[in-house]
Amino acid sequence: MSLVAPRSVRRPLPRWVEIAVLPLVNVALAFLVVGIIARTIGVDSFHALKLLLVGAFGSSESIGYTLYYATNFIFTGLAVAVAFHAGLFNIGGEGQAYIGGLGCGLAVLALDRYLPGPLVIVLAILAAAAFGAAWAAVPAWMQAWRGSHIVITTIMFNFVASALMVYLMVNVLIAPGSMTAQSRGFAESASLPSMQAVLKSIGIAVAPSALNLAFVLALLSSVAVWIFLWRTSWGYALRTMGHNAEAAIYAGTSIRRMTMLAMCLSGALAGGVAVNELLGVHHRIVLDFPAGYGFAGIAVALMGRSHPLGIVLAALLFGALQQGGAELSFEIPAMTREMVVVIQGLVILFCGALAHLPRPWLQALFGRRG
Amino acid sequence: MKRWVGPLIAVFAVVCLGLFAPAQAQTQATIKPAIVFSTGGKFDKSFNEGVWQGAERFKKDTGIAVAEFEPSNETQFEQALRRFAQRGQDPIIAVGFAQAVALEKVAKEFPNIHFTIIDSVVNLPNVQSVVFREQEGSFLVGVLAALASKTGKIGFVGGMDIPLVRRFQCGFEQGIKYANPNAELITNMTGTTPAAWNDPGRGAELARGQIDRGVDVVYAAAGSTGLGILQATKDRGKLGIGVDSNQNHLHPGNMLTSMLKRVDVATYESFKAAMDHQWKGGTQVLGLKEGGVDWALDKDNEKLVTPEMKAKVEAAKADIISGKIVVHDYMSNNSCNR
Repeated sequence: MSLVAPRSVRRPLPRWVEIAVLPLVNVALAFLVVGIIARTIGVDSFHALKLLLVGAFGSSESIGYTLYYATNFIFTGLAVAVAFHAGLFNIGGEGQAYIGGLGCGLAVLALDRYLPGPLVIVLAILAAAAFGAAWAAVPAWMQAWRGSHIVITTIMFNFVASALMVYLMVNVLIAPGSMTAQSRGFAESASLPSMQAVLKSIGIAVAPSALNLAFVLALLSSVAVWIFLWRTSWGYALRTMGHNAEAAIYAGTSIRRMTMLAMCLSGALAGGVAVNELLGVHHRIVLDFPAGYGFAGIAVALMGRSHPLGIVLAALLFGALQQGGAELSFEIPAMTREMVVVIQGLVILFCGALAHLPRPWLQALFGRRG
Repeated sequence: MKRWVGPLIAVFAVVCLGLFAPAQAQTQATIKPAIVFSTGGKFDKSFNEGVWQGAERFKKDTGIAVAEFEPSNETQFEQALRRFAQRGQDPIIAVGFAQAVALEKVAKEFPNIHFTIIDSVVNLPNVQSVVFREQEGSFLVGVLAALASKTGKIGFVGGMDIPLVRRFQCGFEQGIKYANPNAELITNMTGTTPAAWNDPGRGAELARGQIDRGVDVVYAAAGSTGLGILQATKDRGKLGIGVDSNQNHLHPGNMLTSMLKRVDVATYESFKAAMDHQWKGGTQVLGLKEGGVDWALDKDNEKLVTPEMKAKVEAAKADIISGKIVVHDYMSNNSCNR
């Protein structure tokens, strides 16, 4: 179940090759195939690649959007990784983020007229985490006490979350007189400051983008997850359970309690997407804001080898692809948004499913030294 | 051999454009129009595609290129609108109510650029808002449905369950009751997520379920899902009603009519007005009176519509235009009751 290290490896690669070179070779292979496809539909591959890179990192605005997308991917990637370390495959990030948004939004809508802004923001972030955790707790409970497989239940809970949110948005939370199924706007003070505003206050001018303080929260969460997993006894028990559940039981770990803990943490992290999207960008509850980030989180965790640092880097790559891809289809109409999905899919394919394809070649190069 | 046909046509087209475009550009005031589609994408066979058709007609008539962008998530609305504005594209059309918030923000940043939003209202001097009274068009096709139904049972299959679709349903219901107070309406929504706009299989299933319950006319207001609904009604020999663009041609003889929502005209007119320096901000509410919505009668369905039916629908249309019939708007109070 673990993605941390493949067991079939006979000759281990040096650590730096494993961490840095292997993923880079994978990405390069993916872009090679992308280049061939682009050439086939008549687009200059190098020009397209240049547009993609400039689109993702070329200006403070594009960097802002790249990091904003990366924020979502960090949260969902961490969510998947925490469950992964416990041997649980949480596919419900999408629904947990969605319900996290409900908690986040309800907290703001209920309090923003009575409490000072910063307090509302803190409570909203906690509410997002609590609601996300609660939504993950139900499948976790069913797995721990009833043996219902968590893959199935979390997938199904995505649909339940989606239906519930649509019902609530259309019938209950919709702003009166609104054409769109969205809630009333949050009070100005109860929104996460944008990075542009924050940097401006310390004298750095950047272009406006969707990037906001949730990015910092995502980085802090990554550190917190690392500390939890590798520096606490609970994290140790959780990883033990993921490696060998029977050994964990023998060591006195309650599998049930650990399943609940891992899934609740996972759901709470997924709720971070709601913080970024609702508190940071939309400033209201909107439909469908998880937009597939929950599922993409699986690929991010896979690529990041379930390590927080790897996840941050993988999230950066995915964010860059999302932002650069949008710019690409903006500049070259032949590169439609479907083509951008193809590019993302190829990167996932080469970095996830075919991750060990170049391993024999690298072993021939570096294996003896390791 | 086939592989070369596409590129050849492309090369030919480019050469043609190169030959003719500059000539036209010199004679006419040039504008740089752009469109930001909704997340449904431009080939949804209904709403977005209508806008695209309007833009294509404009391109053909004037030779002016129209820049386009299909966002894949809601955050890209703002991003795309701003990027077009930065590049000096003008006017810029935002398709769909979901873009209202993003457009408001960007339009304030670029007060000299003209924006048009379809299906929502943004109150800014440089924004033109185009909304439709879909309830009026739905009322008319409801009248037709009630007159055409032999069983007195009529079906409505909506796409995603949102207020806008309920507005279609509510207008339809009022039209049915107007023509036949005893008729029964059976309603289904395809789903609660945007996937409901693109699920022909489920649409067909819902239509078959309604037909099993005695329905013999089905109104499909469900984007691409409607294709499955209309296929199912045709397969069972019942009548279907299309939506947004004229879908009568899909199944001639089994399509009672289509409720037309002329987003193509709105798009074309907006570009044309900008070109002629006639562009005006403010809100345009396009109902029957303005020709923004209508019912479709053409060679594909003329045999199904008897002169009496036609007379009755046209009478209802005249009454709505004159204000004698007021069709209740679901979205005015989020309820189908006044």
